[in-house]
Amino acid sequence: MEVFLSQLFNGLSLSAILLLVALGLSITFGIMGVINFAHGEYLMVGAYTAYVMQRLSHGDQTGISFLLALPIAFAVAYLLGLIVEKLLIRFLYGRPYESILATWGLSLILQQGARSIFGANNVEVTAPHWLQGGIQPLDGFQLPYNRIFILSLAVFAVAGMYFYVNRSSSGRRMRAVMQNRDMSACMGIKIRKVDSLTFAIGSGIAGVAGCAVSLLGSIGPSTGQNYIVDAFMVVVLGGVGSLSGTIAGALMIGLTNPLFEYVTTSSMGKVIVFTLVIIFLQWRPSGLFAIKTRALD
Amino acid sequence: MFVLSLGMGNIAFSAEPIKVGVLHSLSGTMSISEVAVKDATLMAIEEINAEGGLLGRRIVPIIEDGASDWPTFAEKAKKLIWKDKVDVVFGCWTSASRKAVLPVFEKADHLLFYPVQYEGLEASKNIVYTGAAPNQQIMPAVTWLLKQNKKKMFLLGSDYVFPRTANLIIKAQLKAEGGTLVGEEYTPLGHTEYSTVINKIKAAKPDVVFNTLNGDSNVAFFKQLRAAGISAEDIPTMSVSIAEDEIRAIGADNLVGHYAAWNYFMSMKTPENETFVKNYKARYGANRVTDDPIEAGYFGVYLWAEAVKKAGTTDVAKVREAVKGISYKAPEGLVTVSKINNHTSKLVQIGKVRSDGQFDIVWTSGKVVEPDPFPALVSKKKVLAPGKIVDE
Repeated sequence: MEVFLSQLFNGLSLSAILLLVALGLSITFGIMGVINFAHGEYLMVGAYTAYVMQRLSHGDQTGISFLLALPIAFAVAYLLGLIVEKLLIRFLYGRPYESILATWGLSLILQQGARSIFGANNVEVTAPHWLQGGIQPLDGFQLPYNRIFILSLAVFAVAGMYFYVNRSSSGRRMRAVMQNRDMSACMGIKIRKVDSLTFAIGSGIAGVAGCAVSLLGSIGPSTGQNYIVDAFMVVVLGGVGSLSGTIAGALMIGLTNPLFEYVTTSSMGKVIVFTLVIIFLQWRPSGLFAIKTRALD
Repeated sequence: MFVLSLGMGNIAFSAEPIKVGVLHSLSGTMSISEVAVKDATLMAIEEINAEGGLLGRRIVPIIEDGASDWPTFAEKAKKLIWKDKVDVVFGCWTSASRKAVLPVFEKADHLLFYPVQYEGLEASKNIVYTGAAPNQQIMPAVTWLLKQNKKKMFLLGSDYVFPRTANLIIKAQLKAEGGTLVGEEYTPLGHTEYSTVINKIKAAKPDVVFNTLNGDSNVAFFKQLRAAGISAEDIPTMSVSIAEDEIRAIGADNLVGHYAAWNYFMSMKTPENETFVKNYKARYGANRVTDDPIEAGYFGVYLWAEAVKKAGTTDVAKVREAVKGISYKAPEGLVTVSKINNHTSKLVQIGKVRSDGQFDIVWTSGKVVEPDPFPALVSKKKVLAPGKIVDE
């Protein structure tokens, strides 16, 4: 029983991380048709931001530097996203194949950049005191505070995203572009502006995800690579560009992966999840929640 | 004729320099560990040069980047041997990279000094192994744990040749020496989500986890182990791939009280080690640490230099003969190259991690242990390829 609960909780927290990484990916892919292989590097940038903040605060243990790192990581990744969009991505709209190559190259450049700045060695972010340890509702079943924190971060990000997309005017424009680019342009929406804003927001969320994963492992130039494949899987499974699809995809992969991993092995668990996703996509190629669009595909 | 003079020492070298190859991953995932070994190798070379060189000749290192990619290692080894015409190569870390360059060195009948502990089951006349064989690290660690009454063992490793072969040896040993295996798990290299594995460990209730994870996975594993509320008092771990340099990245907080088995620890109190640590820090920065593979990378150069002096030439075939039985007073103590299998005899030690990231030495073999790359427990006939075992 404890093991089951504990695995369930692990699954939820894994879903939360996948969701944070996949959110940005889903909106950039959904709106602009750009497959962004450099998305993991925004996560890495966010993680390094948490590290830099810790260094600047000289090992502050109150956790204020870590809390500050969250909005700053968002801002840094947002700005980087904005720059990258202006210099590279805007030439790739609607060209998924070229975008794979270009963004993959960009990801290598960013990784090497991190290696030059921070060194080849991985670095460590110490979790603030109040995130160490956990609640123990049952004997042998501990809910680590850091995972609870990551869960609430994901809930917060999704809620923010939901209100932005559905309640704000710029969010509505974003949704309009997502559903029908050409029509939106005809209606006077500046789709170029929407594109760059969307890309930057997606990058920013990945930056926040970076802060979250810094609580779980170490930070290195290849940190983003560990999550990118799973994140793509979430996006494709959920249905590209759909917020609820991304949530469902993250939950499905996040919950089933630890389950299969527990009954088999880590490698086998991944293989089973991959296989199931492939079979599912044979049956429903557009994913769980396909966006209803009036465009003639 | 070359006449080179070093600014400070004003040592004049009268003959052509001796070219040696240094082949490590300076980029990619393994650069985390290998850059420091390269640094130590270069330090030894410069020390020898500052003392007047070798046979009156200056040693010039040619550094190549294996880029954590095994075919690249083979390519660069070929380049060093055939194009640069080096007299020896120092390098490699992973077993995969060593297996990739082995045919190159055998074909060219050349010489490699390999500085990292490994799974054994290999002995080539073209390689001098300055890291531990299984009987100089893994097997004594298992025996020590069993003597501490830690009989229920959980094996956790990365999914590749070293952990799988090491665990074969451990399982044979548990059978022979009265321990029980309560679980065995392998995770892909670079794996970072350990909560499920930790649940399996909890459910198996082992006395100890024998950890052969490599690279970044260790950080995630230990951080998450701690977050799950398991301390070294509850379930201690014994690691064979975590040294002082890795502790810096994992964070000593996450590792306090856990064990590691090595031949060398930075905290050893020998005069040779104190000089070594002082010089290493002076050269590369006060925050740098030394550890076992770094030390093995360092004294490997000296072993080779001793062999060159004995042979009176840098000729590869003659140096290879001369290196057999050669000794050097390394930071860990006297090390000697075995005449039978080209591995070095070494002290074996077990350390417990302190909060400053250094080790308290809790057990030492007291005397050097002769290397045995083919432990009798795992019959040679049974092993087809590393990691694969079939019935006789």
